[in-house]
Amino acid sequence: MKETFDYEIGAKKSLLSFNFKELWRYRDLISLLVKRDYVAVYKQTVLGPVWFFIQPLITSLIFTLIFGKIANLAPAGVPPFLFFLCGQTFWNYFASCLTATSNTFVANASVFGKVYFPRLAVPISVVISNLLKFSLQFLMLIVVWVYYYFEGTYAIEANFTLLLVPLYLVFMAILGLGAGLVISSLTTRYRDFTFLVGFGVQLLMWATPVVYQLDTMASKNKLLGKLVTSNPMTSILEAAKYGFNCGGSFRPTLLFYSAAFGCILLLIGIAVFNRVEKTFMDTV
Amino acid sequence: MNRDVVIKVENLGKKYHLGEIGSGTFAGELVRFVKNLRGTKSSDLITDNDRTIQAKKGDIVWAAKDINFEVKQGEVLGIIGKNGAGKSTLLKMLSRVTAPSVGSIKVKGRIASLLEVGTGFHPDLTGRENIFLNGAILGMTKNEIRSKFDEIVDFSGVARYIDTPVKRYSSGMYVRLAFAVAAHLEPEILIVDEVLAVGDIEFQRKCLGKMKDVSGEGRTVIFVSHNMGAVKSLCQSGIVMKNGTMDFAGNINDCVTQYLRINTTDNEGDVVIDKKGTGTGEALIKRIQMINEDGNTAESVLYKSPIKIRLTIDSEVDIPKASLDVKISDKDGSILFHALNLYHNQALPLQIGENIFETEIHNDLLPGGFLASVGVHNAATYYTMDYQENIVAFEVIKAAKNAFESYPYEWVVAPAMAQSDWKKIK
Repeated sequence: MKETFDYEIGAKKSLLSFNFKELWRYRDLISLLVKRDYVAVYKQTVLGPVWFFIQPLITSLIFTLIFGKIANLAPAGVPPFLFFLCGQTFWNYFASCLTATSNTFVANASVFGKVYFPRLAVPISVVISNLLKFSLQFLMLIVVWVYYYFEGTYAIEANFTLLLVPLYLVFMAILGLGAGLVISSLTTRYRDFTFLVGFGVQLLMWATPVVYQLDTMASKNKLLGKLVTSNPMTSILEAAKYGFNCGGSFRPTLLFYSAAFGCILLLIGIAVFNRVEKTFMDTV
Repeated sequence: MNRDVVIKVENLGKKYHLGEIGSGTFAGELVRFVKNLRGTKSSDLITDNDRTIQAKKGDIVWAAKDINFEVKQGEVLGIIGKNGAGKSTLLKMLSRVTAPSVGSIKVKGRIASLLEVGTGFHPDLTGRENIFLNGAILGMTKNEIRSKFDEIVDFSGVARYIDTPVKRYSSGMYVRLAFAVAAHLEPEILIVDEVLAVGDIEFQRKCLGKMKDVSGEGRTVIFVSHNMGAVKSLCQSGIVMKNGTMDFAGNINDCVTQYLRINTTDNEGDVVIDKKGTGTGEALIKRIQMINEDGNTAESVLYKSPIKIRLTIDSEVDIPKASLDVKISDKDGSILFHALNLYHNQALPLQIGENIFETEIHNDLLPGGFLASVGVHNAATYYTMDYQENIVAFEVIKAAKNAFESYPYEWVVAPAMAQSDWKKIK
């Protein structure tokens, strides 16, 4: 009798084997996980999704007071509030992608330990549900921008690099997912990384032009300027601000660097994730 | 009928490190990293899966080893074994939750595993939302769930609360909803771990019925349970696991008999015990003998003739009032009756050293195979000193072909507490 089998469960699996077909079959699970993230977070709240707006608005307000009025970090000729809000909105997407995916294995251990589905469905759903959150905040950013545009105190003409925003999102998603996958794989064995992510993301924010511009930093300190330039998130934040004509700069070479960095990171992430997902239940 | 093999397990094994994972220090991790790089493994001890022996740190244990079997299309396979025999490890590997250390499993078709009911239920979501989420986690598509939604709600019997968050559910409602989702899965291969032990009797019956339907539809089922009745009624073939290895495989009836006999030995009604059972161990049952009508030890008793049991007990203490009990179970392990000297307020003194007791139990058992468990307790404190479960197997046999006719008909209410008087011999 000839025997054919659909798949084999063995001890080893090649590092980059990535089963797109299987992941596609579980697309409904991904969409339901997105829905769960979205629905469950604001259950039993009165304001509900309004919280999506309150957090960046208030943070930007504080930034405007401290970094705008006191530290004078906002560029001249640009509404400081818009400058900080823009930085916040884009940075938040990356930060929440990274924090949430880096927690994948530990947070879902009870589900992963009982049932099989492509583990990658969870981090991917996180990236998508954060995209929903981002689009709401992005909408708010546009509303604020339109307000300043018609208010007329500042001359802020948006330029067509704004059309590249989806591309920036992809870059950030890849960077966040890649780093998140690597860290989540490491946390299964070493919980130290959970702590590292907590304040690491905050530290990284200061190394990214969120509350300042790359030019300001580079002109004040050469070494720090170089450090910030080497950060793959820098070019994306700069370009996003440039698109709204509120400071920033558009640097294609640096953007290309970010994309390449992200792709390599994602490949490493998938490889490590693949290796860990088979036996993480024994070490988590 | 030549049916396809849908699961083929070859030389499967899984090892675990005992003790804490990781050496706990940075230096230790570095040393291990360097050792791994150079390909030298730390000198790990490999032990069998006997959990009663205290382990040393760094020991490796094989939770499952040398497992080989095949499951054919439409077969319902039961996996039985004591706690810690490796059943769960095997199921985890089959359902791809964790990878084996050696060997392979080849699978044809979609596997859905139910190692737990309600996996992924989110307490804040409503019953309706959780049906979709849980269904998707178990591998159903949205359309599949939608088409079965009414059936699922109907089966669970919580229609009224379907739009209430599940954290407000009673635990019974919660598991019923969870099982209802799982029961409506339609994979080619279904793996079920003891999830039947939920809900009230009515719901359990419903679940068993559903499981029977599933296997009736020609789907392959692997079923793990401690409920021998359920295993026997659902499965055709079985595997008995013991200490991480396969102890027996074959017809399910033989498997159940074998499983219950793991404790018993074929000593022709004379069993010498060298291990403590459950209890304080102040007194130990050393030997149990079944005595036949001729006064010899034998593993068979004639129909209607009393069951004579002789116990040898080694005691470390003097106890004025000890109590001895015998439980008789059928081959499936269901207890039939219980004979205890305390029911007669009979004082049995236990002295330091060897004590021998004998009892005669009135026998109304029909011909067939039975198991006896024996225990010795302190009647003053109610502590169990030693209890040996299903330690001896015996048979009730017919004296002649027409044995039933040679006895006068006599209606008795099944004696839950059998008449038994103990006498002390030594």
